[in-house]
Amino acid sequence: MDDALVRVGRALRLALLIALALLFLVPFYLLVRNGLASEQDITSPEWTLFPSEVRWENVRELFQDTSVPFARSLLNSALIAVATTLGTVVLASLAGYGLARIPYRHADKVFYAILGTLMVPAAVTFVPSFVLVSSLGWISTLRGLVVPTLFSAFACFVFRQYFLGFPRELEDAAQVDGLGHWRTYWLVVVPNARPVLAAVAAIVFIGAWNSFLWPLVIGQDRSAWTVQVALSSFTTSQVIRLHELFVAAAVSILPLLAVFLCFQRWIVAGVERSGID
Amino acid sequence: MTGARQAGGDRSRDRRRALWFWVFVGPFAAGTALFTYVPLLWSAGLSFFDARNTVTPTDFVGLDNYTAVLTDDAFLDSLGTFALFTAFIVPATYALSLALALMVNRVRRAQAFFRSVFFLPAACSYVVAALIWKMSLFSGVRFGLANTVLGWFGADPVPWLATTHPPWYWLVIVTVRLWLQAGFYMVLFLAGLQRIDPVLYEAAAVDGARPGWQVLRTITLPQLRATSVAVVLLLVINAFQAFDEFYNLLSDARGYPPYARPPLVYLYYTALGQGQNLGVGSAGAVVLALVIAVVTVGQARWLRLGRSDADG
Repeated sequence: MDDALVRVGRALRLALLIALALLFLVPFYLLVRNGLASEQDITSPEWTLFPSEVRWENVRELFQDTSVPFARSLLNSALIAVATTLGTVVLASLAGYGLARIPYRHADKVFYAILGTLMVPAAVTFVPSFVLVSSLGWISTLRGLVVPTLFSAFACFVFRQYFLGFPRELEDAAQVDGLGHWRTYWLVVVPNARPVLAAVAAIVFIGAWNSFLWPLVIGQDRSAWTVQVALSSFTTSQVIRLHELFVAAAVSILPLLAVFLCFQRWIVAGVERSGID
Repeated sequence: MTGARQAGGDRSRDRRRALWFWVFVGPFAAGTALFTYVPLLWSAGLSFFDARNTVTPTDFVGLDNYTAVLTDDAFLDSLGTFALFTAFIVPATYALSLALALMVNRVRRAQAFFRSVFFLPAACSYVVAALIWKMSLFSGVRFGLANTVLGWFGADPVPWLATTHPPWYWLVIVTVRLWLQAGFYMVLFLAGLQRIDPVLYEAAAVDGARPGWQVLRTITLPQLRATSVAVVLLLVINAFQAFDEFYNLLSDARGYPPYARPPLVYLYYTALGQGQNLGVGSAGAVVLALVIAVVTVGQARWLRLGRSDADG
């Protein structure tokens, strides 16, 4: 093999990777550049790499603007994302454990009935789910935004697969010590399943924070807007204040970037395990 | 005697186990039934009624809603939009995410950094990405980034989202999703690449296979077959559910334009728009369920035809 040729090839590949990485970062750059600029800087015909002056007061203006309930929508999103994450992880891990570990004649049937909902795309369920939620009187309530989304077949599937491969010795030891299924689960299984719990929690949190169609349909009153719905109302409104729009978008992804960077290892492991987002 | 007592003991143990099974699985199963199966059945029922602005209709109309949907040009257009969108986004995402995975897998320095950068957009919402694309990257005015770059080469600004001749809005729509999901599928491909036995590459080298295309074609791609099938299935299902970026890129204060409406946007405006026609909307949902079922099953058959997967 020609050594020089290999080295040139390797250098080219690295150069291409760096170029692509920069291209992938451009949208984040635009978010920061425009979010901290004045309206004049953004609409200036001459492109400047960074705004002529960094305007942190954009953040203050955003929260003082009463035409869009941004602080309220951030709070709603936080409540919804936390409640959805906790609820999903508890319900789905319990179900996954039961399906994997408690022998029951009809366990397979129950499992396939749950798994079947994975095959039903949102395109099919959102109209009927809206029908149900509106007849429960849950439109524009936190309940309506959270409860119907708690039963994630994806999470249940991931937990079941994980518990099927969980070493039985630990549970056997617990049974010998006289613990029933319930206490075995909370005292022995949960503390040893932290990686998968973290992976599912992070993925569910990101999904809940970013989801748009369901909050758009259910959270109709301004008081029930999530941060995504508030941002969307910015982009589709008559008067658009660009700097406010971008600083709002930047603020909205900060919590997620934090979660993402802290949990990246588990998220990657979770994605690899499931192949389903 | 002993046999009978043992049978009795078995039965009570079975009953205890069944009880515990339902303590663990029951809440989840009940929620799934209530929030997925009940709405599906209810909606299937609604599709046979005149259900305008009501969820408890009394006016049975038979198959009228289905006739209405299937003869509605807007519905047929939405299926056409889905087909066109899929034809762009599936091959583009597949090629880009596979290329990224192959390069990141081979790079020696800063592998974790590159993986993070390409995966990072997965944390961004479609709403935020659409906002960046619409208001800055592909903004139709002169100060948009794409138009600024065009300006450097002396070209006129392009009204990316406001023109249908040529339909530049497709470029905007496809690149948003490409940016958001390429890194996610790259992670799937990376996992697949790491499962390939290095012995295969050594054997290929001994047999004189040239590194590069030949090894890619004869070893890597066949070994990635199971991952590829999963990726393509997911890409198609996700393309079918596209809503967020279409809605946020194309609608403005005047509403949504009459073109480029994928199925979910069509349903949104039919069932929840002015008319609140839940009967027609439900019929549309049922038809879409059948379409997606046929597409998915057909695709799985076609992709797996005559092959057995090594690492299903």
